[in-house]
Amino acid sequence: MIAELGHFALILALVLSLVQGLVPMIGANRNRIALMAVGRPAAQGQLVFLVISFACLTYAFITSDFSVRLAAANSHSQTPLIYKITGVWGNHEGSLLLWALSLSLWTVAVTVFSRDLPEAFMARVLGVLGWISAGFISFTLFTSNPFERLLPAVAEGRDLNPLLQDPGMIIHPPLLYMGYVGFSVAFAFAIAALLTGRLDAAWARWSRPWTTVAWVFLTAGIAVGSGWAYYELGWGGWWFWDPVENASFMPWLLGTALMHSLAVTEKRGAFRSWTILLAIGAFSLSLLGTFLVRSGVITSVHAFAVDPARGLYILALLVLVIGISLVLFAWRAPKLAGGGSFDLVSRDSSLLANNVLLAVVTGAVLLGTLYPLFLDALNLGKISVGPPYFEATFVPLMVPVVLLMVVAPFMRWKKDDLPKTLRKLGPAFGASIIVGFLVAFVIDHVTWRTVLGLFLAAWVLIGSAQLLWSRLAERPGAAASNRLRGIPSAWWGMWLAHVGVGIFVIGVTMIGSLESHTDVRMRDGQTATIGKYTFVFQGVREVQASNYIAAQAKLQVFKGDRLLTTMTPEKRNYVASAMPMTQVSLHIGPLRDLYVSLGDQLDSETWLVNLHIKPFISWIWAGCILMALGGIFAASDKRYRRLAERSAPAAAARQAS
Amino acid sequence: MKPRSKRLILLGSAVALLVGAVALVLTAFQQNLVFFHTPTEVAAGKAPVERVFRIGGLVEEGSIARNDDGYTVRFAITDTAQVIPVTYRGSLPSMFQEGKGAVVQGKLTSDGLFVATEVLAKHDENYMPVEAQYALDKAHQANQTVQY
Repeated sequence: MIAELGHFALILALVLSLVQGLVPMIGANRNRIALMAVGRPAAQGQLVFLVISFACLTYAFITSDFSVRLAAANSHSQTPLIYKITGVWGNHEGSLLLWALSLSLWTVAVTVFSRDLPEAFMARVLGVLGWISAGFISFTLFTSNPFERLLPAVAEGRDLNPLLQDPGMIIHPPLLYMGYVGFSVAFAFAIAALLTGRLDAAWARWSRPWTTVAWVFLTAGIAVGSGWAYYELGWGGWWFWDPVENASFMPWLLGTALMHSLAVTEKRGAFRSWTILLAIGAFSLSLLGTFLVRSGVITSVHAFAVDPARGLYILALLVLVIGISLVLFAWRAPKLAGGGSFDLVSRDSSLLANNVLLAVVTGAVLLGTLYPLFLDALNLGKISVGPPYFEATFVPLMVPVVLLMVVAPFMRWKKDDLPKTLRKLGPAFGASIIVGFLVAFVIDHVTWRTVLGLFLAAWVLIGSAQLLWSRLAERPGAAASNRLRGIPSAWWGMWLAHVGVGIFVIGVTMIGSLESHTDVRMRDGQTATIGKYTFVFQGVREVQASNYIAAQAKLQVFKGDRLLTTMTPEKRNYVASAMPMTQVSLHIGPLRDLYVSLGDQLDSETWLVNLHIKPFISWIWAGCILMALGGIFAASDKRYRRLAERSAPAAAARQAS
Repeated sequence: MKPRSKRLILLGSAVALLVGAVALVLTAFQQNLVFFHTPTEVAAGKAPVERVFRIGGLVEEGSIARNDDGYTVRFAITDTAQVIPVTYRGSLPSMFQEGKGAVVQGKLTSDGLFVATEVLAKHDENYMPVEAQYALDKAHQANQTVQY
């Protein structure tokens, strides 16, 4: 009964999404306020029904209602409650419902926080979002119905994939989806701008916080996913250039470009067409990501089902979205041209250069990701493109991006003096080179990669320190606290995110240079030494949990003579799926992680144990957190909220005149 | 600076960037593409020697054995028609089991032994790695054509 209720609510949500897509659009074209006003209630009603629908599905999982096919396939009566709940989106159908729910949340957020948008513009934004929503809800209903019954019901479910039974998986998919779907708002704003022909500084100011918040979600989602891969897959890597990872990384790259391009459009009115194109691109790549991950063309932990009908549906949706928006762009963009002119040496041009570089990087990643699929589809053979390709293209293209990233904030808009800028940044540049070599020498790993990485990190951090310093020096008279407070939070956001990049580069460089790893055979009482750490193996015992049985090893870790910690890696066997899993044991530290996983059992008492030291790996996540935090600061800048206060009297004045 | 020379510089640097990027991508492709071959193709000598490629199929029943050092594993990958012996040094993924699908990446030595540097098993109980499935299907098809 509950499942049918959820199904029915989903159908009603589809109807409302069609209303939201159609009526306000007609209203905006005919300039009829009454029709335009339908958008908001339709969006809000749709959210209500999607929440009901999602709640019904969750209920089926929590109560272990195995007459619902999805619950039977992805849950188990003995699964801990939290994984019963995350099991709702740990599968194809449920994750689509989550997609639709996130979109609806974003849409309602737009109706709440962007109340001051002109009515016709808002109507078109909601209209576009309505069509996207209709596309996804109908996809869910017609090809991937999560409420399908399984009759007769089975007595016990098959359980959620054990790899997904992990705290990281509780928040990774919702964060990532909020990021993916968030770009649909930027996309809707772009399409609405093309339709109305209004694309000015005010438009950019409206879009900016939405784009930034979506980017924050995506950043956090990717970071959590990478952390999950690090400790759950048991290989100790943090990024594999797996197609599924690339699928989320490409919208991130283009989204980063979009944020910066929007900044120029807001401040200088320039790059309008480029900004629109990036907004279309970022959203298209989000859709492409959904297609790659959900269509089963790629095997990975994400590819839940291989059903050609589903793949075709998303592909059709993708072609439709990209096709329509590009046609619209080609038709309308010439009218949008214009904006301030700028000199070759200016903040505008350095931002443009970085934008183009980011787009090229995205292109290189896209090519490496899709090329094997094309060859396979054309029956030209099976190949794979591995990490070496991505490293060989990504690193050289990103080096100039990081170099320019430091220079741009020092430059003035429109026109600056090259010799002056060079003089200003010369000392920082020299110092960074020295730091790069010095640190590489101290850690005794002087390779060009290490020196380059350390130099870039130093360049970003020293440059950022100098930027803060010169910003504070702008008002020499004021007290220090006032000077700090006088800096808008958007500036702090930029600064924090850039510092985050520096921290991130340190992490990546150090892990790439100093990582050490060894496989050893161990039996009771045997020791192994790696770096400064000595591991003493203390045997394996059996551990029982509600839905798995594990062989748990115990290792004491000594640093010198001091007992540092005891680590307990496990090899689990999940009862329902009979799936073996390695559970890594981690000892996290600011300068290194100790990472231990249990390998094969060689004889009754001897086990293969994998010991890793991962220097500075937490700096990678710390860098991501700083970037996301920067995004939050940037999006919460007062001027986005002041817009409301300012435009109210302006509207009143317009009416009075 | 005159607008025209400014435009020329912009255009020039854009073209230079594009050419550079294309050159970068092409060389990276040439050096790093990893081809896939089925065990049947490898047995027929169609696979390259001393170049990295992938094989996929089932891990043959009863083939997994460890050398005395405990680190080196020997096993065989089969598409049911041909069997390729593989050696690998290190820990195997937990889903790596006899009779289950796996894909290995590495080089073929001149005496027909495949030295793997990477072993990929499937992520969950229900799905085969696409490449392993492909190898099995091909062998199956070949088998049928012979019979008819």
